[in-house]
Amino acid sequence: MAVKLELASVGKSFDDKIVLRDIDLTVQQHEVVCLIGSSGSGKSTLLKCVDLLVPIDEGAIILDGHTISGADVNPNQVRQKMGIVFQAFNLFPHMNVLDNITLGPRKVHGLSREEAEARAELLLERFGLTDKTHDYPDRLSGGQQQRVAVIRALASEPELMLFDEITSALDPELVAEVLNVIRGLKQEGMTMLIATHEMGFARDVADRVCFLDGGLILEQGAPRDLFTNPTQPRTQQFLQRIVEAGRL
Amino acid sequence: MRRGPRLLGPRRPSGSREEGARSALIAFVSTLILSGLALWVVLTSEAWPRVQRQFFNPSAFREVWPDVVSGFWLDIQMFLVAEVVILILALIIAMIRSLRGPAFLPIRALAIFYIDLVRGIPVILLILLLGFGVPALQLSGVPDGRLFWGVTALVLSYTAYTSEVYRAGIESVHESQRMSARSLGLTQGKTLWYVIVPQAVRNVIPALLNGFVSLQKDVALVYVLGIREAVRAAQIYNARTFNYTGYIAAAILFLLVSVPVARFTDWYTERDRARKQAMSA
Repeated sequence: MAVKLELASVGKSFDDKIVLRDIDLTVQQHEVVCLIGSSGSGKSTLLKCVDLLVPIDEGAIILDGHTISGADVNPNQVRQKMGIVFQAFNLFPHMNVLDNITLGPRKVHGLSREEAEARAELLLERFGLTDKTHDYPDRLSGGQQQRVAVIRALASEPELMLFDEITSALDPELVAEVLNVIRGLKQEGMTMLIATHEMGFARDVADRVCFLDGGLILEQGAPRDLFTNPTQPRTQQFLQRIVEAGRL
Repeated sequence: MRRGPRLLGPRRPSGSREEGARSALIAFVSTLILSGLALWVVLTSEAWPRVQRQFFNPSAFREVWPDVVSGFWLDIQMFLVAEVVILILALIIAMIRSLRGPAFLPIRALAIFYIDLVRGIPVILLILLLGFGVPALQLSGVPDGRLFWGVTALVLSYTAYTSEVYRAGIESVHESQRMSARSLGLTQGKTLWYVIVPQAVRNVIPALLNGFVSLQKDVALVYVLGIREAVRAAQIYNARTFNYTGYIAAAILFLLVSVPVARFTDWYTERDRARKQAMSA
């Protein structure tokens, strides 16, 4: 298998606060890697660094063998290979679902309106959202909004998908429909890096799980190993609390 | 029952239709009594005949009215032209100020310098400086009309304020919106234009409308350049006759435009608030 993404000794600070330290992480083609850890452990920042939305201070980020964290790289071109979905406020409220999805293909990839809309309609049909094509985001449920956000990212035909806790702002009964979309993407072989609080989902979908604590990847491994036999005391503690909360 | 936003006064608590009719009647009667009293005090005062002769003189009014009206038409034209230019220029400057990254530092600094400079100078000074100053230079290829430069001074001044209004709107849009747009591969400029600005403008429409009202009156300031707009026309009449009725005529014309705009602003703001509330519910 080929290496899709590599982070080498990546460090990041906001003012005095270190949010990522010495991160080494490799994601293979078609691999699904889940990032777990408490809020503020650096999961979200890591994803934004990969999408070049937050510049790193140290180390390098390598995509398909090319260093993308350098100053000589055009971030707009790099981002066309990736899609990211955030916790909330993804969709543009002044555009309907169709315009949200076609904006990138039209204004970045230069597709005509007809081509872009055909592509969007195909995706909407695949994810069962055809009847929402002309609705504005405020008419959709939280789960539908997140699914449209995923579709919008997919419309640019990314090779790597990044998910930043995309279900943590949702009502519990809406979580499953969004997670099922990710499960579907896994079956198609999409390479994914997923920050999540849904441990059951992570155990189910991940090829590898990384536990982040204080900006450090403290432990990583196959979900079966990490969830059942964590070696680090901090990991044990974290998982213990998750179990106590009934989330695993 | 949903009520539309009201044009006057605070929202009253919703009650039955009868209660509504009753409170409307009370409001009407009390307004009638109060304004009647005020009118009575003024009209019966000893000074009223003199006041009327100087300020509310019917024959003077008839005489000065045509001049003031044609002057006011010029005010309206100046306002319309200036406002369009201001809305466009201010948006461009606000967008420049919102660009991030070291490469844009020079033009960002230039925009800030312009805003600080112009906002720090009284409008009237700017009008005098440009309106009299530039034509006196007699530069070739540069317009030398006082009217042109007077309006330009107003545009420069109001553009600085209006760009700050836009900027507040741009900053009120959630950071995730910018990141979402950038993550699609959109450039900073396209992100601003397609995603941020449409939301920002909508957020600041009430503030922009307030600016309209303000400019609609401030165009009269170009009278100092001797331009025959409404105030200047009234001043000329006053200098000739020592009668102030012309000023009252001009005031009435300004009020006829500014009061409806002010009411519309309140109505729009209220409607916008109600809509946002309904959306978050």
